[in-house]
Amino acid sequence: MRNEPTRRTLLALGVAGAAALALPAPALALNDAEASALIQRAVNDVNAAIASGKSGSALYADFERIFTRYADVPVIARSALGTAARSASSAQMSVFTTAFRGYLSRKYGKRFREFIGTRFEVQGARPVKTFYEVKTTAYMSGQAPFEVLWHVSDKSGRDLFFNLIIEGVNMLASERTEIGAMLDRRRGNIDALIADLKTAG
Amino acid sequence: MQSLTLQTGALAVCAVLAGCGGAPPQEEQFWDPHEEQNRSTHEFNKNLDQVFATAIKPIVLPDPVFVGFSNASSNLGLPSKVVNSVLQGRAEPAVENTLRFVINSTIGIGGLFDPAGSVFGLHETDTDFGETLYVWGWSEGAYIVLPVVGPSTERDAVGWLVDLALDPVNVMFEGQDAVAVTGVRIAGKIADRKRFGDTVDSVLHESADSYAQTRLLYLQSRRYQLSGRQENDADAFDPYEDPYAE
Repeated sequence: MRNEPTRRTLLALGVAGAAALALPAPALALNDAEASALIQRAVNDVNAAIASGKSGSALYADFERIFTRYADVPVIARSALGTAARSASSAQMSVFTTAFRGYLSRKYGKRFREFIGTRFEVQGARPVKTFYEVKTTAYMSGQAPFEVLWHVSDKSGRDLFFNLIIEGVNMLASERTEIGAMLDRRRGNIDALIADLKTAG
Repeated sequence: MQSLTLQTGALAVCAVLAGCGGAPPQEEQFWDPHEEQNRSTHEFNKNLDQVFATAIKPIVLPDPVFVGFSNASSNLGLPSKVVNSVLQGRAEPAVENTLRFVINSTIGIGGLFDPAGSVFGLHETDTDFGETLYVWGWSEGAYIVLPVVGPSTERDAVGWLVDLALDPVNVMFEGQDAVAVTGVRIAGKIADRKRFGDTVDSVLHESADSYAQTRLLYLQSRRYQLSGRQENDADAFDPYEDPYAE
């Protein structure tokens, strides 16, 4: 039976969400100890948000703040929108980016409870193209450890992550597919897409 | 249940015979010549999942009980994985999964607990006959959606059928024991749907195009499992290669 691949994929998906909210911004002159400490701190931040007892929109707002701090949201949003970003006005891009950030926070924030207590261990960093790839191993209770890759860049002026890949599952590719489908449903109308995004996730 | 399985198998064979061969696609790409048929099967599977989720809704148990069900169900899958590792010429996972099976079936009380993983660090290496075919050099073939089973490829569909026929657990147990085995597997399915339901709902029932999303996730995850690497550096998506701001 296709039992295990499904389970692993689901775990990967959920952890992608948890991890997206948990990643700190490591300095690019990265060493393992620094990166470990940073990731540990961010995971602690996220766990603290959960432990605060907040739920629903209050918790999503906390996640959104964490996301804003550690991720290059404008680049993720632009990539998710794909070629349609070229024809969008800067005002549209700005509103889209804000709506997209809220959508991500809700989408992944909802599933957070499944991943409380996941521990990340940094294996190292290496340059790829114009960015750095930080390799971590995720330890989740009752599961075999698995690999999570973080793509980090300082091109925005700060060290921020813009993608993560969990056991081969690429978050940015997934969001490109999703946003592309949402845009198709609105026959390419970006304003309608933005309106949908405000309640999606 | 059995006739449903046989039907599924027959459909899988048809799907495979309908279009074999073709070059293995690049990463991030897919070959989906049967998309129209696949989409309707996907809709069928989605509705089935909805029925399943609704049917098991009244089952409320503490999380550790569901974890136990998942464990027991996974444990029964190990002998088949050992056979496949041997067919692939991979001794280490064959030995590890054998030890896992022995430890969890005994100390772990019929696989309900996972002392092999939690105490001895012996984690499951997942494999199947689809992977065996990959190791033997078969190409992936087209993406196909199997009724009830879900996303697959032509190669994996053949693998699924062979696993069904050759699974030592299926071959070994008869009568009451076979019923018990099926019971454990169904309990495992229920437990998994309960434990990962939010994620299933997100992909299957909340996505704007759940078919495209499932296809992407299945192929990425499966290719990673088979090749053991996340992606080629050359294929890595780099949004900063283009000017940062337009």
